[in-house]
Amino acid sequence: MTTLFQRVIPCLLLQDRGLVKTRRFSRPKYVGDPINAIRIFNDKLVDELILLDIVASRTGADPDFELIARVAGECFMPLCYGGGIRTLDQARRIIACGVEKLSLNSAAIDDPDLVRALSRELGASSVVAAIDVKRDWRGRQRVYHPGRRRLTGLDPVEHCKALVDAGAGEIFLNSVDRDGQFCGYDTALIEKVAAAVNVPVIACGGAADPADLRTALQCGASAAAAGSIFVFYGPHRAVLINYPDYAVRELLQT
Amino acid sequence: MIVIVDYGVGNVGSILNMLRVNRTRARLSADPAEIEAADKLILPGVGNFGHGMEKLAATGLIPLLERHALEQGKPLLGICLGMQMMTQGSEESPVPGLGWIKGATHKFSIPGLRVPHMGWNAVRPVAGARLFDPAPERPERFYFVHSYCVRTDDRSAMAAGCLYGQEFVASFEVGNLFGVQFHPEKSQGFGKALLKRFAAL
Repeated sequence: MTTLFQRVIPCLLLQDRGLVKTRRFSRPKYVGDPINAIRIFNDKLVDELILLDIVASRTGADPDFELIARVAGECFMPLCYGGGIRTLDQARRIIACGVEKLSLNSAAIDDPDLVRALSRELGASSVVAAIDVKRDWRGRQRVYHPGRRRLTGLDPVEHCKALVDAGAGEIFLNSVDRDGQFCGYDTALIEKVAAAVNVPVIACGGAADPADLRTALQCGASAAAAGSIFVFYGPHRAVLINYPDYAVRELLQT
Repeated sequence: MIVIVDYGVGNVGSILNMLRVNRTRARLSADPAEIEAADKLILPGVGNFGHGMEKLAATGLIPLLERHALEQGKPLLGICLGMQMMTQGSEESPVPGLGWIKGATHKFSIPGLRVPHMGWNAVRPVAGARLFDPAPERPERFYFVHSYCVRTDDRSAMAAGCLYGQEFVASFEVGNLFGVQFHPEKSQGFGKALLKRFAAL
Protein backbone atom coordinates (compact mmCIF):
# COMPACT_ATOMS: atom_id res chain seq x y z
CA MET A 1 0.00 0.00 0.00
CA THR A 2 1.95 2.92 -1.25
CA THR A 3 2.00 5.69 -3.77
CA LEU A 4 5.78 5.50 -4.08
CA PHE A 5 6.96 6.03 -7.63
CA GLN A 6 9.53 3.59 -9.01
CA ARG A 7 12.50 5.57 -10.26
CA VAL A 8 14.17 5.76 -13.67
CA ILE A 9 17.81 6.73 -13.22
CA PRO A 10 20.44 7.71 -15.79
CA CYS A 11 23.81 6.31 -14.81
CA LEU A 12 26.61 8.55 -16.07
CA LEU A 13 30.25 7.51 -16.28
CA LEU A 14 33.04 9.95 -15.67
CA GLN A 15 36.52 9.63 -17.14
CA ASP A 16 39.06 12.46 -17.23
CA ARG A 17 36.35 15.06 -16.52
CA GLY A 18 34.28 13.97 -19.51
CA LEU A 19 31.28 11.66 -19.72
CA VAL A 20 31.82 8.36 -21.47
CA LYS A 21 29.76 5.27 -22.18
CA THR A 22 31.30 1.82 -22.15
CA ARG A 23 30.49 -1.58 -23.57
CA ARG A 24 31.10 -4.46 -21.17
CA PHE A 25 33.15 -2.05 -19.07
CA SER A 26 35.57 -1.27 -21.89
CA ARG A 27 35.77 0.79 -25.09
CA PRO A 28 34.72 4.08 -23.45
CA LYS A 29 33.14 6.46 -25.95
CA TYR A 30 33.07 10.18 -25.17
CA VAL A 31 29.50 11.44 -24.93
CA GLY A 32 29.90 14.98 -23.64
CA ASP A 33 30.56 17.44 -20.90
CA PRO A 34 29.11 16.44 -17.51
CA ILE A 35 27.74 19.86 -16.53
CA ASN A 36 26.03 20.29 -19.88
CA ALA A 37 24.50 16.81 -19.67
CA ILE A 38 23.25 17.39 -16.13
CA ARG A 39 21.59 20.66 -17.12
CA ILE A 40 19.71 18.80 -19.82
CA PHE A 41 18.65 16.08 -17.38
CA ASN A 42 17.53 18.81 -14.97
CA ASP A 43 15.31 20.30 -17.66
CA LYS A 44 13.87 16.85 -18.27
CA LEU A 45 12.97 16.56 -14.56
CA VAL A 46 14.93 13.39 -14.08
CA ASP A 47 14.04 11.31 -10.97
CA GLU A 48 17.64 10.92 -9.79
CA LEU A 49 21.17 10.70 -11.18
CA ILE A 50 24.09 8.37 -10.59
CA LEU A 51 27.57 9.60 -11.45
CA LEU A 52 30.40 7.08 -11.37
CA ASP A 53 34.07 7.92 -11.85
CA ILE A 54 35.36 4.81 -13.61
CA VAL A 55 39.05 5.72 -13.26
CA ALA A 56 39.54 6.78 -9.64
CA SER A 57 39.39 3.33 -8.04
CA ARG A 58 41.73 1.87 -10.63
CA THR A 59 44.41 4.52 -10.26
CA GLY A 60 43.92 5.20 -6.56
CA ALA A 61 43.22 8.86 -7.31
CA ASP A 62 41.07 10.99 -5.00
CA PRO A 63 37.54 11.75 -6.15
CA ASP A 64 37.49 14.99 -8.16
CA PHE A 65 35.92 17.11 -5.39
CA GLU A 66 35.86 20.30 -7.42
CA LEU A 67 33.95 18.68 -10.29
CA ILE A 68 31.62 16.87 -7.87
CA ALA A 69 30.75 20.19 -6.22
CA ARG A 70 30.02 21.78 -9.59
CA VAL A 71 27.84 18.85 -10.63
CA ALA A 72 25.97 18.85 -7.29
CA GLY A 73 25.36 22.59 -7.65
CA GLU A 74 23.43 21.86 -10.85
CA CYS A 75 21.43 18.93 -9.49
CA PHE A 76 17.98 19.76 -8.17
CA MET A 77 17.32 16.07 -7.91
CA PRO A 78 19.06 13.44 -5.79
CA LEU A 79 22.59 12.65 -6.83
CA CYS A 80 24.61 9.56 -6.08
CA TYR A 81 28.37 9.66 -6.57
CA GLY A 82 30.73 6.69 -6.76
CA GLY A 83 34.38 6.18 -7.61
CA GLY A 84 37.55 6.31 -5.54
CA ILE A 85 35.92 6.62 -2.10
CA ARG A 86 38.17 4.85 0.39
CA THR A 87 37.98 6.91 3.58
CA LEU A 88 35.40 8.46 5.87
CA ASP A 89 37.03 11.81 5.35
CA GLN A 90 36.60 11.66 1.56
CA ALA A 91 32.97 10.66 2.13
CA ARG A 92 32.34 13.68 4.37
CA ARG A 93 33.84 16.01 1.77
CA ILE A 94 31.62 14.62 -0.97
CA ILE A 95 28.48 14.95 1.17
CA ALA A 96 29.53 18.52 1.95
CA CYS A 97 29.59 19.18 -1.82
CA GLY A 98 25.81 18.62 -1.86
CA VAL A 99 25.68 14.93 -2.81
CA GLU A 100 23.00 12.76 -1.14
CA LYS A 101 24.35 9.30 -1.65
CA LEU A 102 27.71 7.67 -1.89
CA SER A 103 28.24 4.50 -3.83
CA LEU A 104 30.91 2.08 -2.66
CA ASN A 105 32.05 -0.76 -4.87
CA SER A 106 35.75 -1.74 -4.82
CA ALA A 107 36.17 -0.30 -1.33
CA ALA A 108 33.18 -2.30 -0.06
CA ILE A 109 34.80 -5.51 -1.32
CA ASP A 110 38.17 -4.67 0.24
CA ASP A 111 36.87 -3.18 3.48
CA PRO A 112 33.23 -3.84 4.48
CA ASP A 113 33.95 -1.90 7.69
CA LEU A 114 34.00 1.27 5.61
CA VAL A 115 30.34 0.63 4.73
CA ARG A 116 29.63 0.19 8.43
CA ALA A 117 31.43 3.42 9.38
CA LEU A 118 29.76 5.48 6.65
CA SER A 119 26.34 4.10 7.47
CA ARG A 120 26.75 4.88 11.15
CA GLU A 121 27.75 8.47 10.52
CA LEU A 122 25.77 9.41 7.41
CA GLY A 123 22.78 7.12 7.83
CA ALA A 124 22.07 3.97 5.84
CA SER A 125 20.07 5.85 3.22
CA SER A 126 23.18 7.73 2.10
CA VAL A 127 25.19 4.57 1.54
CA VAL A 128 24.71 2.65 -1.69
CA ALA A 129 26.50 -0.66 -2.15
CA ALA A 130 27.33 -1.05 -5.84
CA ILE A 131 27.92 -4.52 -7.16
CA ASP A 132 29.16 -5.41 -10.64
CA VAL A 133 28.37 -8.96 -11.65
CA LYS A 134 30.16 -10.96 -14.34
CA ARG A 135 30.23 -14.60 -15.38
CA ASP A 136 33.46 -16.54 -14.79
CA TRP A 137 34.90 -19.05 -17.28
CA ARG A 138 32.62 -21.73 -15.85
CA GLY A 139 29.57 -19.54 -16.37
CA ARG A 140 29.03 -18.82 -12.67
CA GLN A 141 28.05 -15.30 -11.72
CA ARG A 142 30.61 -13.66 -9.49
CA VAL A 143 31.27 -10.19 -8.08
CA TYR A 144 33.65 -8.21 -10.28
CA HIS A 145 36.22 -5.91 -8.64
CA PRO A 146 36.27 -2.76 -10.78
CA GLY A 147 39.36 -1.30 -9.11
CA ARG A 148 41.48 -4.35 -9.83
CA ARG A 149 39.54 -5.12 -13.00
CA ARG A 150 39.12 -8.77 -12.19
CA LEU A 151 36.63 -11.24 -10.81
CA THR A 152 36.47 -12.14 -7.16
CA GLY A 153 35.18 -15.47 -5.88
CA LEU A 154 32.23 -13.76 -4.18
CA ASP A 155 28.68 -14.85 -4.84
CA PRO A 156 26.61 -11.75 -5.80
CA VAL A 157 23.57 -12.52 -3.64
CA GLU A 158 25.66 -13.34 -0.56
CA HIS A 159 27.77 -10.23 -1.13
CA CYS A 160 24.65 -8.04 -1.35
CA LYS A 161 23.30 -9.53 1.87
CA ALA A 162 26.60 -8.95 3.67
CA LEU A 163 26.73 -5.31 2.59
CA VAL A 164 23.15 -4.68 3.67
CA ASP A 165 24.02 -6.24 7.04
CA ALA A 166 27.00 -3.88 7.19
CA GLY A 167 24.63 -0.93 6.79
CA ALA A 168 24.10 -0.23 3.09
CA GLY A 169 20.70 1.37 2.52
CA GLU A 170 20.44 0.57 -1.16
CA ILE A 171 21.93 -1.85 -3.70
CA PHE A 172 23.09 -0.79 -7.15
CA LEU A 173 23.20 -3.99 -9.13
CA ASN A 174 25.04 -3.82 -12.43
CA SER A 175 25.91 -6.45 -15.02
CA VAL A 176 29.32 -6.27 -16.70
CA ASP A 177 28.30 -8.73 -19.41
CA ARG A 178 25.26 -6.67 -20.39
CA ASP A 179 26.80 -3.19 -20.12
CA GLY A 180 26.11 -1.26 -23.34
CA GLN A 181 24.77 -4.38 -25.06
CA PHE A 182 21.07 -3.40 -25.41
CA CYS A 183 20.13 -7.00 -24.61
CA GLY A 184 17.78 -6.43 -21.66
CA TYR A 185 18.36 -6.69 -17.91
CA ASP A 186 19.52 -9.81 -16.10
CA THR A 187 16.03 -10.44 -14.75
CA ALA A 188 16.91 -13.65 -12.88
CA LEU A 189 19.66 -11.90 -10.95
CA ILE A 190 17.43 -8.89 -10.13
CA GLU A 191 14.75 -11.22 -8.78
CA LYS A 192 17.24 -13.12 -6.64
CA VAL A 193 18.81 -10.02 -5.13
CA ALA A 194 15.50 -8.18 -4.62
CA ALA A 195 14.14 -11.21 -2.78
CA ALA A 196 17.26 -11.55 -0.63
CA VAL A 197 17.46 -8.01 0.72
CA ASN A 198 14.97 -5.62 2.31
CA VAL A 199 16.50 -2.41 0.95
CA PRO A 200 15.72 -0.84 -2.44
CA VAL A 201 17.53 -2.37 -5.41
CA ILE A 202 18.56 -0.28 -8.43
CA ALA A 203 18.95 -2.51 -11.47
CA CYS A 204 21.40 -1.57 -14.21
CA GLY A 205 22.93 -3.08 -17.31
CA GLY A 206 21.40 -4.00 -20.64
CA ALA A 207 18.34 -1.79 -21.05
CA ALA A 208 17.39 -1.21 -24.68
CA ASP A 209 14.03 0.55 -24.32
CA PRO A 210 11.32 1.61 -21.85
CA ALA A 211 9.82 -1.89 -21.91
CA ASP A 212 13.08 -3.19 -20.41
CA LEU A 213 12.88 -0.60 -17.64
CA ARG A 214 9.42 -1.84 -16.80
CA THR A 215 10.61 -5.45 -16.80
CA ALA A 216 13.31 -4.62 -14.25
CA LEU A 217 10.72 -2.95 -12.01
CA GLN A 218 8.41 -5.94 -12.36
CA CYS A 219 11.26 -8.19 -11.20
CA GLY A 220 11.38 -6.37 -7.88
CA ALA A 221 13.77 -3.51 -8.56
CA SER A 222 12.79 -0.23 -6.89
CA ALA A 223 14.54 1.72 -9.63
CA ALA A 224 15.68 1.02 -13.17
CA ALA A 225 18.99 2.59 -14.14
CA ALA A 226 20.56 2.71 -17.56
CA GLY A 227 23.38 4.37 -19.41
CA SER A 228 23.29 3.90 -23.17
CA ILE A 229 19.59 4.50 -23.75
CA PHE A 230 19.79 7.94 -22.11
CA VAL A 231 22.87 9.13 -24.01
CA PHE A 232 22.55 7.47 -27.42
CA TYR A 233 19.92 7.62 -30.11
CA GLY A 234 19.39 5.29 -33.06
CA PRO A 235 21.27 2.26 -34.37
CA HIS A 236 24.50 4.17 -34.93
CA ARG A 237 24.66 5.36 -31.34
CA ALA A 238 24.56 9.03 -32.12
CA VAL A 239 25.02 10.98 -28.91
CA LEU A 240 21.73 12.49 -27.76
CA ILE A 241 20.83 13.11 -24.12
CA ASN A 242 17.27 11.94 -23.64
CA TYR A 243 14.91 10.79 -20.88
CA PRO A 244 11.32 9.52 -20.86
CA ASP A 245 8.84 12.18 -19.81
CA TYR A 246 6.49 12.01 -16.86
CA ALA A 247 3.63 10.34 -18.72
CA VAL A 248 5.87 7.58 -20.06
CA ARG A 249 7.42 6.98 -16.65
CA GLU A 250 3.96 6.73 -15.15
CA LEU A 251 3.18 3.89 -17.57
CA LEU A 252 6.27 2.02 -16.36
CA GLN A 253 4.95 1.75 -12.80
CA THR A 254 4.03 -1.79 -11.78
CA MET B 1 17.33 36.61 5.64
CA ILE B 2 17.02 32.86 6.14
CA VAL B 3 19.73 31.22 8.20
CA ILE B 4 20.41 27.52 7.77
CA VAL B 5 21.59 26.29 11.15
CA ASP B 6 25.09 24.87 10.78
CA TYR B 7 25.68 22.08 13.24
CA GLY B 8 27.74 19.87 10.95
CA VAL B 9 24.89 17.55 9.92
CA GLY B 10 22.95 17.58 6.71
CA ASN B 11 23.25 18.25 3.08
CA VAL B 12 23.22 22.02 3.35
CA GLY B 13 24.99 22.59 0.01
CA SER B 14 21.87 21.57 -1.92
CA ILE B 15 19.56 23.67 0.25
CA LEU B 16 21.71 26.75 -0.40
CA ASN B 17 21.77 25.93 -4.12
CA MET B 18 17.99 25.73 -4.31
CA LEU B 19 17.53 28.95 -2.32
CA ARG B 20 20.01 30.68 -4.62
CA VAL B 21 17.99 29.63 -7.68
CA ASN B 22 14.92 31.06 -5.93
CA ARG B 23 16.84 34.29 -5.30
CA THR B 24 16.16 33.93 -1.59
CA ARG B 25 18.73 35.55 0.67
CA ALA B 26 20.17 32.81 2.83
CA ARG B 27 23.32 31.77 4.56
CA LEU B 28 24.71 28.89 6.52
CA SER B 29 25.72 29.88 10.02
CA ALA B 30 26.37 28.78 13.57
CA ASP B 31 26.97 32.35 14.74
CA PRO B 32 24.49 33.25 17.53
CA ALA B 33 24.30 36.89 16.35
CA GLU B 34 23.35 35.87 12.81
CA ILE B 35 20.81 33.35 14.07
CA GLU B 36 19.35 36.00 16.36
CA ALA B 37 19.03 38.42 13.43
CA ALA B 38 17.43 35.89 11.03
CA ASP B 39 13.73 36.21 10.19
CA LYS B 40 13.51 32.53 9.42
CA LEU B 41 15.52 29.44 10.22
CA ILE B 42 16.01 26.14 8.47
CA LEU B 43 17.07 23.16 10.57
CA PRO B 44 18.58 20.62 8.16
CA GLY B 45 19.78 17.12 8.93
CA VAL B 46 20.43 13.64 7.64
CA GLY B 47 21.60 10.51 9.38
CA ASN B 48 21.26 9.16 12.87
CA PHE B 49 18.87 10.87 15.33
CA GLY B 50 21.13 10.60 18.38
CA HIS B 51 24.17 11.78 16.45
CA GLY B 52 22.17 14.76 15.13
CA MET B 53 20.83 15.75 18.57
CA GLU B 54 24.29 15.47 20.12
CA LYS B 55 25.86 17.59 17.39
CA LEU B 56 23.12 20.21 17.75
CA ALA B 57 23.49 20.25 21.56
CA ALA B 58 27.27 20.61 21.22
CA THR B 59 26.83 23.92 19.36
CA GLY B 60 25.08 25.38 22.41
CA LEU B 61 22.48 26.90 20.06
CA ILE B 62 19.40 25.06 21.34
CA PRO B 63 18.29 27.81 23.82
CA LEU B 64 18.66 30.37 21.04
CA LEU B 65 16.63 28.25 18.63
CA GLU B 66 13.94 27.82 21.26
CA ARG B 67 13.74 31.56 21.76
CA HIS B 68 13.43 32.09 17.99
CA ALA B 69 10.90 29.32 17.47
CA LEU B 70 8.86 29.24 20.66
CA GLU B 71 8.99 32.77 22.10
CA GLN B 72 9.51 35.09 19.15
CA GLY B 73 7.31 32.99 16.88
CA LYS B 74 9.57 33.28 13.86
CA PRO B 75 9.14 30.63 11.17
CA LEU B 76 11.36 27.59 11.41
CA LEU B 77 11.48 24.73 8.92
CA GLY B 78 12.96 21.35 9.85
CA ILE B 79 13.98 19.16 6.94
CA CYS B 80 14.18 15.35 7.21
CA LEU B 81 16.15 14.62 10.40
CA GLY B 82 15.69 18.29 11.30
CA MET B 83 11.94 17.66 11.33
CA GLN B 84 12.29 14.47 13.34
CA MET B 85 14.43 16.24 15.95
CA MET B 86 11.58 18.70 16.57
CA THR B 87 9.48 15.78 17.90
CA GLN B 88 9.71 14.31 21.40
CA GLY B 89 12.06 11.50 20.47
CA SER B 90 12.86 8.67 18.11
CA GLU B 91 13.00 4.89 18.21
CA GLU B 92 16.41 5.31 16.60
CA SER B 93 18.04 6.62 19.76
CA PRO B 94 17.50 7.05 23.51
CA VAL B 95 18.52 10.73 23.23
CA PRO B 96 15.35 12.85 23.60
CA GLY B 97 14.25 15.21 20.83
CA LEU B 98 13.62 18.95 21.08
CA GLY B 99 10.01 18.25 22.00
CA TRP B 100 8.56 21.24 20.18
CA ILE B 101 5.97 19.10 18.42
CA LYS B 102 3.64 16.58 20.03
CA GLY B 103 4.61 13.44 18.21
CA ALA B 104 7.37 10.93 17.98
CA THR B 105 9.59 9.36 15.36
CA HIS B 106 9.08 5.67 14.65
CA LYS B 107 10.78 3.05 12.53
CA PHE B 108 8.96 1.73 9.47
CA SER B 109 8.27 -1.77 10.69
CA ILE B 110 5.82 -3.38 8.34
CA PRO B 111 6.88 -6.85 7.18
CA GLY B 112 7.83 -6.93 3.51
CA LEU B 113 8.17 -3.16 3.24
CA ARG B 114 11.51 -2.06 1.85
CA VAL B 115 13.32 0.35 4.13
CA PRO B 116 14.54 3.09 3.63
CA HIS B 117 11.47 4.62 2.05
CA MET B 118 13.36 6.05 -0.88
CA GLY B 119 12.15 7.87 -3.94
CA TRP B 120 9.37 10.12 -5.16
CA ASN B 121 6.06 9.89 -3.39
CA ALA B 122 2.86 11.88 -3.64
CA VAL B 123 1.75 13.82 -0.59
CA ARG B 124 -1.76 14.80 0.46
CA PRO B 125 -1.77 18.27 1.99
CA VAL B 126 -4.61 19.29 4.26
CA ALA B 127 -6.63 22.37 3.33
CA GLY B 128 -4.86 25.54 4.36
CA ALA B 129 -1.38 24.01 4.72
CA ARG B 130 0.75 27.05 3.96
CA LEU B 131 3.77 25.33 2.42
CA PHE B 132 1.78 23.48 -0.22
CA ASP B 133 0.13 24.46 -3.45
CA PRO B 134 -3.57 25.10 -2.72
CA ALA B 135 -4.58 24.12 -6.26
CA PRO B 136 -1.88 21.97 -7.90
CA GLU B 137 -2.19 21.02 -11.56
CA ARG B 138 -1.01 17.53 -10.71
CA PRO B 139 -0.45 15.98 -7.28
CA GLU B 140 2.68 17.33 -5.60
CA ARG B 141 5.47 14.75 -5.45
CA PHE B 142 8.60 15.00 -3.34
CA TYR B 143 11.79 13.04 -2.85
CA PHE B 144 11.94 11.01 0.36
CA VAL B 145 14.89 9.15 1.86
CA HIS B 146 14.28 7.93 5.40
CA SER B 147 13.98 4.84 7.58
CA TYR B 148 12.08 6.54 10.40
CA CYS B 149 8.90 8.58 10.20
CA VAL B 150 6.93 10.95 12.37
CA ARG B 151 3.52 10.03 13.74
CA THR B 152 1.29 12.20 15.85
CA ASP B 153 -2.07 11.89 17.55
CA ASP B 154 -2.56 15.61 17.11
CA ARG B 155 -4.42 15.74 13.79
CA SER B 156 -4.25 19.52 13.79
CA ALA B 157 -0.45 19.34 13.49
CA MET B 158 -0.63 17.39 10.24
CA ALA B 159 0.03 19.55 7.16
CA ALA B 160 0.44 16.71 4.67
CA GLY B 161 0.28 12.96 4.84
CA CYS B 162 2.05 10.36 2.77
CA LEU B 163 1.44 6.68 2.23
CA TYR B 164 4.15 4.07 2.58
CA GLY B 165 2.83 0.90 4.13
CA GLN B 166 0.80 3.18 6.36
CA GLU B 167 0.13 6.88 6.55
CA PHE B 168 2.83 9.01 8.17
CA VAL B 169 3.44 12.74 8.60
CA ALA B 170 5.08 14.07 5.43
CA SER B 171 4.82 17.58 6.83
CA PHE B 172 3.62 19.24 10.00
CA GLU B 173 2.66 22.82 10.69
CA VAL B 174 2.05 24.14 14.20
CA GLY B 175 1.88 27.91 14.18
CA ASN B 176 5.29 29.09 13.03
CA LEU B 177 6.87 25.63 13.22
CA PHE B 178 7.12 23.61 10.02
CA GLY B 179 8.63 20.26 9.26
CA VAL B 180 9.01 18.28 6.07
CA GLN B 181 10.16 14.69 5.96
CA PHE B 182 11.07 14.87 2.28
CA HIS B 183 13.88 16.88 0.71
CA PRO B 184 12.46 20.00 -0.97
CA GLU B 185 15.98 20.93 -2.10
CA LYS B 186 16.04 17.74 -4.18
CA SER B 187 12.45 17.76 -5.36
CA GLN B 188 12.82 19.73 -8.57
CA GLY B 189 10.05 22.26 -9.25
CA PHE B 190 7.77 21.05 -6.43
CA GLY B 191 10.51 21.58 -3.87
CA LYS B 192 11.53 24.89 -5.36
CA ALA B 193 7.96 26.17 -5.06
CA LEU B 194 7.68 24.93 -1.47
CA LEU B 195 10.86 26.73 -0.40
CA LYS B 196 9.59 29.84 -2.16
CA ARG B 197 6.38 29.69 -0.10
CA PHE B 198 8.39 29.30 3.10
CA ALA B 199 10.55 32.28 2.17
CA ALA B 200 7.41 34.34 1.49
CA LEU B 201 5.73 33.62 4.87
